[in-house]
Amino acid sequence: MPIDFAERGADLELVGIHKRFPGFTAIENLDLKIEAGSFFALLGPSGCGKTTTLRLVAGLEAPTRGRILIGGTDVTDTKAHERPVNTVFQSYALFPHMSVLENVAFGLRRRKVADVLGLARAALKLVELDHLAQRRPAQLSGGQQQRVALARAIVNRPALLLLDEPLGALDLKLRRQMQLELKKIQLDVGLTFLHVTHDQEEAMTMADTVAVMNKGAIEQMGAPRALYELPRTVFVANFLGQSNLFTGEVVATSDTAISIDAGGSKLTVPTARAERHRGRVTIGVRPEKLTVHRTAPAPDADRNALGPGRVSDVSFAGVSTQYTVELAGLGSVLVFEQNLDPAMGVSPGTEVWVSWEVAHTFGLADEASEPRFVDDTRTSEIAARRRETLKAELEG
Amino acid sequence: MAFAVFTPAETHEAPKKSSKLALLLLLPGVLYLGLFFLTPLVSLVLTSLQVPRPDGDVGQYDYAFNWQNYTALFDPDDGYFPHILRSFGYALLATVLALLISYPIAYFIGVKARKWPMLQSLLLVLVIAPFFISFLLRTLAWKQLLSDESFVITGLKAVSLLAPDAHFTGTPFAVVFGITYNFIPFMTLPLYTNLERLDIRMLEAGADLYASPFHVFRKITVPLTMPGIVAGTLLTFIPAAGDYVNASRDFLGGPDTQMIGNVIEANFLVLENYPAAAALSILLMVVILVLVGAYVKRSGTEDLL
Repeated sequence: MPIDFAERGADLELVGIHKRFPGFTAIENLDLKIEAGSFFALLGPSGCGKTTTLRLVAGLEAPTRGRILIGGTDVTDTKAHERPVNTVFQSYALFPHMSVLENVAFGLRRRKVADVLGLARAALKLVELDHLAQRRPAQLSGGQQQRVALARAIVNRPALLLLDEPLGALDLKLRRQMQLELKKIQLDVGLTFLHVTHDQEEAMTMADTVAVMNKGAIEQMGAPRALYELPRTVFVANFLGQSNLFTGEVVATSDTAISIDAGGSKLTVPTARAERHRGRVTIGVRPEKLTVHRTAPAPDADRNALGPGRVSDVSFAGVSTQYTVELAGLGSVLVFEQNLDPAMGVSPGTEVWVSWEVAHTFGLADEASEPRFVDDTRTSEIAARRRETLKAELEG
Repeated sequence: MAFAVFTPAETHEAPKKSSKLALLLLLPGVLYLGLFFLTPLVSLVLTSLQVPRPDGDVGQYDYAFNWQNYTALFDPDDGYFPHILRSFGYALLATVLALLISYPIAYFIGVKARKWPMLQSLLLVLVIAPFFISFLLRTLAWKQLLSDESFVITGLKAVSLLAPDAHFTGTPFAVVFGITYNFIPFMTLPLYTNLERLDIRMLEAGADLYASPFHVFRKITVPLTMPGIVAGTLLTFIPAAGDYVNASRDFLGGPDTQMIGNVIEANFLVLENYPAAAALSILLMVVILVLVGAYVKRSGTEDLL
């Protein structure tokens, strides 16, 4: 069956996918529809089933149950080499015995198109590697190999391009550069990209739609901004960026907002931004939305305020300063503040209040369980927490 | 001291020490090669140029420069040509058969059985197991099993799968069978070590780029396992071309299956014509070197040599 060059991307539909491996279930009842021409990111921690999803679409694994449709055609029972799909592998998987040019030409040769080498050279030009066409993959740097892998996939104009953490092995600067290039290529050639990553910044900067995956199921899906501003579950709130979460019983309900009692303080969340409206509710707010006050803020119906608390840690991070504030009965709260007023002079031990706009608060569908931050936060935070526990041990 | 050339004059103490150490470590190997490879080789070359002692007994020769010993090999009356041709024909056939049999075995053990390490080890032991019995004994056992009176041959004749007057031992078929059988482990092991390291992700990438399983095998698996194929075929072909056991009348061969090894053996041990035997040995060595060199160059694995 000859596979045509795609004029444009095709949409991908996964219907009721289950994938069981001996001993564990990798994917549990997954439904997903990706619009043609979009850049879709599957985001999740390692072991959440995102790479398995990609391999199912590529045809390298067969689903235990469910259907896979590409451009409306059921491809569930077709072999990998019969699918109009190409993958950029995490390991690049370049053929070591072929030149860079032959690697790129490999897919074209199998499809018996005219002017194989011309097309391959054009693809190498697109990733700015045409001057290295005769080299062997082993003679290239990691970033160059990554670009060859990309050229080898896009030269075939697949209806659907699968990217399996292709930027994982690159250093930060090169990764940023490749992210921009990938996005540009996607816009230029108009293909459908399905990108799997555990890097939340990468997913947010590149994708039109992000799906956060956890334990073999999609927790939440949407535009990066919507997902960040209004997470629906504790996992999303913590995995995609960081969050301060508070749990308490709903004590007051108005037409537009509900309020909970969190450790003696009343915190309000707009009804429209809350998933649950009665009983125990977990609400949250992003650290950069918080403001630190040296004196108790005046009561304001539009702002939630907590305090007084004690600053336990201050860490300077260039563009912002991160404060950890210990609040009685609520645990610690994380605040990111822009360095507009360097002379503010908040140091560990200072008594402070924090406040934020009600409109920035979100209410979650499930309840936060300790610990508040999943261990996927940045190393500096983990180190700060470790320091605290050590200090507590020494004092105790 | 040839290695001293690589040490620039201005380098410090440490590299000099390590190059001396390297020389020291090389010494046993160099001595061994000098003693057990070069000495016999020189002796062989000298023997191949000897002349019969003028009034001596059979088997008594004097050192000389009698290059006619070599031209005599090409004398059509002596007829070494069929033996040489037969040697390389049998060796080539046996090598191809051994490769065809060994590759699937090695592929199964090295790739398919990765999920079951126990099975992998067991199968490897089975491949090596024949080495625990002498190669001569095993070949003799085959002679017994395949002789005209054996139950295998009589059984085949009884069910008319073989003609009543057919033989197996003494035929070229039996000799090629014997060589193939004896060299299968030498083919399987290098193939296995290569296939065991084969990156499955390469095969997946091939399938992802529209290559059918057949094309993946031809364009990716075979080229990536070329070093194993070359090593295995050389380990089989070189000794097989000089083999004189399988083709011998005492084992699986007959009067019409004599290989060049058998001729050399007869010249050395029976006819006591040492110069002719030595000249034939050297001719065999040169032909093998040329063939192997061309083969390695053709397969693009020069770094193996």
